[in-house]
Order: sequence, then C-alpha cells, then structure tokens
Amino acid sequence: MASRSFKEALDSGDFVVTSEVGPPKGTNIEEMLHHIDLLKDKVDGINTTDNQSSVMRISSLAVCHLAQERGAEAILQVTCRDRNRMALESELLSANILGVHNVLCLTGDYVSVGDHPDAKPVFDLDSVHLIQTVRTMEQGKDIAGNELNGPTRFCVGAIVTPEANPIEPQLLKFEKKIRAGIDFVQTQAIYDLDNFKRFMQYARRFEVKILAGIILLTGVGMARYMNANVPGVVVPDQLIRELAGAPKGQALQTGIAIAGRMIRQIKDERICDGVHIMAIGHEGLVPQILETAGL
Amino acid sequence: MIVGERKPFDEIKAKVSDYRKVLVLGCGTCVAVCMAGGEKEVELLASQLRLASRMDKKEIEFAEHTIVRQCDREYTEPILEKLGEYDAVLSLACGAGVQLVSDVVEDVAVLPALNTRFIGSTREEGVWIERCRSCGDCVLGDTGGICPLTICPKGLVNGPCGGTNDGKCEVTSEKDCAWTTIYNRLDKQGKLDNIRRIFSPIKYSAQTTPGLQVNEAYLKVETEGTDGQ
Ligand code: SF4
Ligand code: SF4
Repeated sequence: MASRSFKEALDSGDFVVTSEVGPPKGTNIEEMLHHIDLLKDKVDGINTTDNQSSVMRISSLAVCHLAQERGAEAILQVTCRDRNRMALESELLSANILGVHNVLCLTGDYVSVGDHPDAKPVFDLDSVHLIQTVRTMEQGKDIAGNELNGPTRFCVGAIVTPEANPIEPQLLKFEKKIRAGIDFVQTQAIYDLDNFKRFMQYARRFEVKILAGIILLTGVGMARYMNANVPGVVVPDQLIRELAGAPKGQALQTGIAIAGRMIRQIKDERICDGVHIMAIGHEGLVPQILETAGL
Repeated sequence: MIVGERKPFDEIKAKVSDYRKVLVLGCGTCVAVCMAGGEKEVELLASQLRLASRMDKKEIEFAEHTIVRQCDREYTEPILEKLGEYDAVLSLACGAGVQLVSDVVEDVAVLPALNTRFIGSTREEGVWIERCRSCGDCVLGDTGGICPLTICPKGLVNGPCGGTNDGKCEVTSEKDCAWTTIYNRLDKQGKLDNIRRIFSPIKYSAQTTPGLQVNEAYLKVETEGTDGQ
C-alpha cells in the first residue's frame, strides 16, 4: 500500500491502518527489518518510535529512512524529551531530505521511567509547540523567524488519550493541538468501544482524521498490568474475563481475536477513520490481526 | 525561600580535614527556616565535627558563628576580620551565601556544608516543596498561582501530557499532576479561558547565566551621589 503516501491514504476516505516498529537497542536490526518487510504492504504507515519509554535506542529517523528505502511509508515519531528546539528543527529538515514526510509530535515520557534516569530532561518545546514548529517551517521559516533555504512539507499528527482521568485538561490540550494544525491523531489504546464512541461524538467536530489505538493484549497478566500501570488505558473486566477464560496456551490467540474483532467493529460502524495497531514485542503478529479483522 | 539540606557528614568531614582552624558559619534566614543552616544546626554540626576529629586524633579547632544573611554584604563585611582568623569557613548558607562570603574573604577557603535544593515553601512542618524555577517570565497570573514550570516535571505550559493517572503525575504517583491542579483551580475561579490560548515556548534568553538584575533608579541615585563614579 506504500504506492500512495500516508497523506493520500488519509485523504482517500478509506479506512486507514497504521502500525509501528520499535527501533532496537543495539546495532542488530535484522528482526526489525523483517517486521518492516512484513508490514510495509499491509498498512498505510509505519510509526517508528523515538527512544520509547525513555529507553535509549536507534534513532527514529534512521529507522524511518531504512523503512522508506524498503518501500514502506514511515511516520517519524518525535518527542520533546531529548532535544532542544534547534535539534528538533534540524531533525525535521533531515527527515524531509531523507524523504520522510509524516511526523507524529509527542511530549515524551519523563527520563526517570527509562534506562538513563540521570539524563537531563529537555522539554524545551512541548507537543503543541512542536506542531507549530512543523507548520512554521512549512512556511519557509524556522521558529526563531529565520529564512529557510527550502521549506519542509509534512503530514502532521498528534496523540490523545480518550480515557484520560481527568479528561477535561487532556481535551483542552487536544484542542490546542488541533488549533496548532494537525492532520491526524493516533489515540492511546482504547478497549471500551462505547466509551470511545462517546469520545468520537465529541471529536467528530474537528477536521482531523482519527485512528483508534489498538494494543494487542497478550494475556490476562498484561491486561491487568496495563490497568494498574499505564495511565489512561482501561481494559474492561469483560475482556479480562475473556482472556482469563482462554484455554491453556491460547491467551495470545484470544488477544489477537479481541484486537481483530475491535478493528472490524470500528471499521464496520465507521466509528473513526482508521486504526493504529501496536503489537509491542509481537510485531510479527500484525498481519494475523489484520486478517482476523477482515482487512 | 531557598531550601537546602546538609551534605552527608563524611563529605563535610573530609573537606575540612586539612585545616586547623575552622569557622562553622550559619545563616539566619532561609536555611534557618528549613532547619539546615541556622544557629541550631551550626551548633550540632560543630559538635559532631569536634567529636569526630577527636576520635580521628586530629587537632582541628571548630568555632561557631551565625549571621543574619550570608548573601548580603551588610552582614558579611562586618565579620571580615573575624573570618580572617580562620584557615577555612564552613558555610551553612545556600550557594549564594557561600559565594558571597568567599568573595569577601578571598584568601580563606570557604566550603559549603549544604546542598542547595530549590526555591520553595513549607508544605507542612518539616516538609518543603519547590515552587519556582526563577524562569524570569512568570505565568502564575494565568495558571491559578500554580507554576507549571516547577510543579510539572516536564515544565509543560500548554496542558498535561498523556501520563496523568487519576489526577496524579506520571513521574511520581505521590504528586498531583500540575495540570489537574491548575485546571481545577481555574475552574473554581471561572477562569479556564486563561489557559485556552497557546502559550509560547519559554524564552531561555530571559534566563541569562548568571542572571543579573539592575535597579536603574537606585543606580542613578548612587552615581549622582558619588560624583559620576
Ligand atoms: S512561572 Fe514559575 S518558574 Fe517562572 S517565575 Fe513564576 S513561579 Fe517561578
Ligand atoms: S502528569 Fe502532569 S505534572 Fe506530571 S509530567 Fe505529565 S503533565 Fe506534568
């Protein structure tokens, strides 16, 4: 599907599917390349994470470049944690000259949750500023007002947590992201489609494409872990029971079935514009999830 | 006020071990309030050091003195002569106090006994919390008197990150998310519009290192009074 750009996919009105790969920690990239090859013709875009969970790894941009070379449509994730505004702008210029034209702007986790807890947390800009930065550079200027010799061009995205608690401050920021100028949103993982429909009733008023975040549940332990530890993610009891009731050794298959079923429902009922599938550590299973979803 | 905490005793002991006559110098303002560097703490530290040096069979004399403010020449200059009697001054002031004392008695070593932590306020007895990062461009007027640069570990000025968990901060669940608190307070005041606009990135140029503040009016009077000098 990389025959069209991610932006073209968004504009087509088709149900859009993205997934993601996590750059490895170290120079061995074989498995990751395998995942990229597996996904590239099945999805409209592949996110590459940026030192995800504050763990130092290969840069998001380097992996985007490799993915593009292999024919994938890459979505550069950029967080504000590790770079000041100069480095961020420089990264955006670099992305464009390497043919990467999709960017997902994120705040980034705090350094203390990762593997370099003594590092300096930068956060010179926030995610709203980062979106503004991309848009400013498209006008041929950097954010200090200096002329660029050649503007950038990006399809810009952001994230939102529909189940954040409390939700009001989250939506206040979400609306700022929209005002700053985004094309698409990938949500934090959602599991309760009724809640998500309510969120979409609110979000529909904005002219922005929304892809629902689907994280593959690998078992009841993971579901409980997410409920206890991942902010803004709620796995309902009913799904936990379903995972717990899976025959021995079948929990992962049940997780795939749940993800496939949710995607199918989102698509059939046109709840939103697409899905973003995260199968953290099990990227190889994404094709199977898509198949289960009838995609 | 400036909040500090005493350095580990062994570190202090090692630093003074090369000297014979040491003045343990307290500061009676901020660090006295946060129970790190006032008269009482000077007394305690000096007696601990005396005991330790006796056990180590070292002959170090530890004298005690506390002034109102070490960061102010008005209080440091009058004790200049006294300071000169010692090989070293062990200052229990914040970093600013230590440096000013060192500027005043350049030929005497001035050693810090505290780690300066932050600008903060008392939360409850014995607990102090950071409140200000001295950013030079205060936004408290818009944020309900809660500093997003300080209370949010990421210093986010446009609303919360995705890490807010039941109103707590992703960095530590013991702390409320700054943006939950700001939102709730402004909601109570009917002033949520304050934070709907997009706040610009922080101007780090306003935080020159080292910061310098000049009171023009005062400077003018001074210059006039001293014949243009
Ligand atoms: S905004 Fe915060 S850091 Fe800046 S001056 Fe005000 S209280 Fe201090
Ligand atoms: S949870 Fe709230 S206070 Fe903590 S880093 Fe995120 S926005 Fe800041």
